Amino acid sequence: MASLKIKNVCKSFGAVDVLKGIDLEIESGEFLVLVGPSGCGKSTLLNLIAGLETVTSGDVMIGDRVVNAVSPKDRDIAMVFQSYALYPNMNVRKNLSFGLETRKVAQPEIDTTIERVAQMLQITDLLDRKPAQLSGGQRQRVAMGRALARNPKIFLFDEPLSNLDAKLRVEMRTEIKRLHQRIHTTIVYVTHDQIEAMTLADRIAIMKDGILQQFDTPDQVYQNPANLFVAGFIGSPSMNFIPARIVRRNGGLGVTLDTGAGQASILDIHTAADALASWRDKDVILGIRPEQITDGAGAQGNHGSIQTLPCEVQVIEPTGPDTLVFVRINEKAVTCRVHPDAARRPGETMELSVDMSKALFFNPTDGERIL
Amino acid sequence: MPEAIRQSPSEVAHRIFIYGVLLLFAVYFLVPFFVMFITSIKTMDEIRTGTLIALPRQPTLEPWLKAWGYATIGVTNEGIQGFFWNSIRMVIPAVLISTFIGALNGYVLSKWRFKGSDTFFAMLLLGCFIPFQVILLPMARTLGFLGLSESMWGLVLVHTVYGLAFTTLFFRNYYVAVPSELVNAARIDGAGFFRIFWRIMLPISIPIFMVTIIWQTTQIWNDFLFGVCFSTGETQPITVALNNLVNTSSAVKEYNVDMAAAIIAALPTLFVYFVAGKYFVRGLTAGAVKG
Repeated sequence: MASLKIKNVCKSFGAVDVLKGIDLEIESGEFLVLVGPSGCGKSTLLNLIAGLETVTSGDVMIGDRVVNAVSPKDRDIAMVFQSYALYPNMNVRKNLSFGLETRKVAQPEIDTTIERVAQMLQITDLLDRKPAQLSGGQRQRVAMGRALARNPKIFLFDEPLSNLDAKLRVEMRTEIKRLHQRIHTTIVYVTHDQIEAMTLADRIAIMKDGILQQFDTPDQVYQNPANLFVAGFIGSPSMNFIPARIVRRNGGLGVTLDTGAGQASILDIHTAADALASWRDKDVILGIRPEQITDGAGAQGNHGSIQTLPCEVQVIEPTGPDTLVFVRINEKAVTCRVHPDAARRPGETMELSVDMSKALFFNPTDGERIL
Repeated sequence: MPEAIRQSPSEVAHRIFIYGVLLLFAVYFLVPFFVMFITSIKTMDEIRTGTLIALPRQPTLEPWLKAWGYATIGVTNEGIQGFFWNSIRMVIPAVLISTFIGALNGYVLSKWRFKGSDTFFAMLLLGCFIPFQVILLPMARTLGFLGLSESMWGLVLVHTVYGLAFTTLFFRNYYVAVPSELVNAARIDGAGFFRIFWRIMLPISIPIFMVTIIWQTTQIWNDFLFGVCFSTGETQPITVALNNLVNTSSAVKEYNVDMAAAIIAALPTLFVYFVAGKYFVRGLTAGAVKG
């Protein structure tokens, strides 16, 4: 168990700057998820924490110790790899014990550790098999077991679930979460899947192009994204971004929305409007999540903020609990999440309730949040 | 559905053609060996009176015994047996050392890259293209300087050095296909350079070991030029002895003894190929398909 600090870490491979000044800090026992699209530098950051790569500048601190120059084996970390990286020539028992033997742990202690880990992960029956004789999910368990056997200060997970099929991935996700609740060891987990990030993390670090975009709790990242990228990356289906104009309305501000069904509507903006005042009569990007555009019955929240908008339904996608309705607002395809019974058929017009209290506004030029 | 399986006449003709060509080549390669073999068990009288491909009327092992035990080679009358063991004593250490160092090189060049390692590898590859003749004089000087001239260990050294380019190439290409995550996992598990090599890399290298051993054994066993240049008299390998046997001037040319000696000289490489041949094909294609 240890805290982890990343202080202004940069990493370059030749002329390519992969990480451009990352700052992160988590407490002992926290579950940190690094998330971002391919090539954002999240795996490189993990390798820096592991010591498999060395920082170009900045500090990596585990506990109170700067570990920049410490080799991986002396950092007291364990890592689960995307490809599992089980030693193909050794059976499961040997895979689990290899690290312990290398560290010269006494044999009786190795045996009890393996026993404990195997029971925890329900792989006792597999101990004498070779990795090639295991299924994907079983290999995943063994890879986690190998990390657990060591009882390290920090666990590192490098996209551990991306090679599993969808169902197994959800199961293992829960299992990893349960595991963390049981052992309370600090975990750094890399994924490109925002759902994994949301479900697992105590804190999420969202990265893009080697720059940290936002570092916050899952709830904050979802409700209060720092910029257009984060807002679009987190959430599925992703947030709707509607180009719109801020106008004066009833002494306050409103936003014009043209649904193509009759007159363009103006919706009131109820949130503290000061920050938006300077944007009056200018174009912004309105960010609004699908669940905030719904049918009348499904709309919740304080009634003043809910306003209706007639829209022509273009496509519907039933998902079971909800139906996704696609409409056009300001010439832009917009996803709405409505109750299956309330969904109308394509071509029909539907009254949609928009919860403007949750709406976000972004600067159309640099994507930064206005409000 | 038998109809679906039945081949059309053109497919049958195609097959016949392919097998015909293969058969032709098999015959082409096997006939010389067949002639060698039947000649080696004929008496000299039969060779003089019969035709080249006639089967022996009275098969005899005498030429084999003579070739092995008491044929005149240069100034000795002890057959090729001593030279056969010379070759064995030379091949085994040369193959093992060059293979082992090649494995280590390949491991470093694929999993522990350093600045300039690709350039280093490219330069090493040039070694595969250097003709034997080019290094004869410098190597003679080097061996003289090391005090290894005209000794078995001198030949072992030459073959080891010359083989490194190939063995390194084989192992490096094999290890490149091994995921680096495996090495990283072992590093995090606390294993160092050599522990990873012994415990992780070597156990998964059996196919490429087989390829390398067959390749090196064949190359070194069959080498003539280094043998004839860097050894004399009783340290000569069998290829040189075979040449001397055939060229030793005596009253009659004993074709049957020559043939027997030639087959003896070829047996070890044939043996290695038959024992480990399936690994050879498997190993050569292993890295190619997986990428």
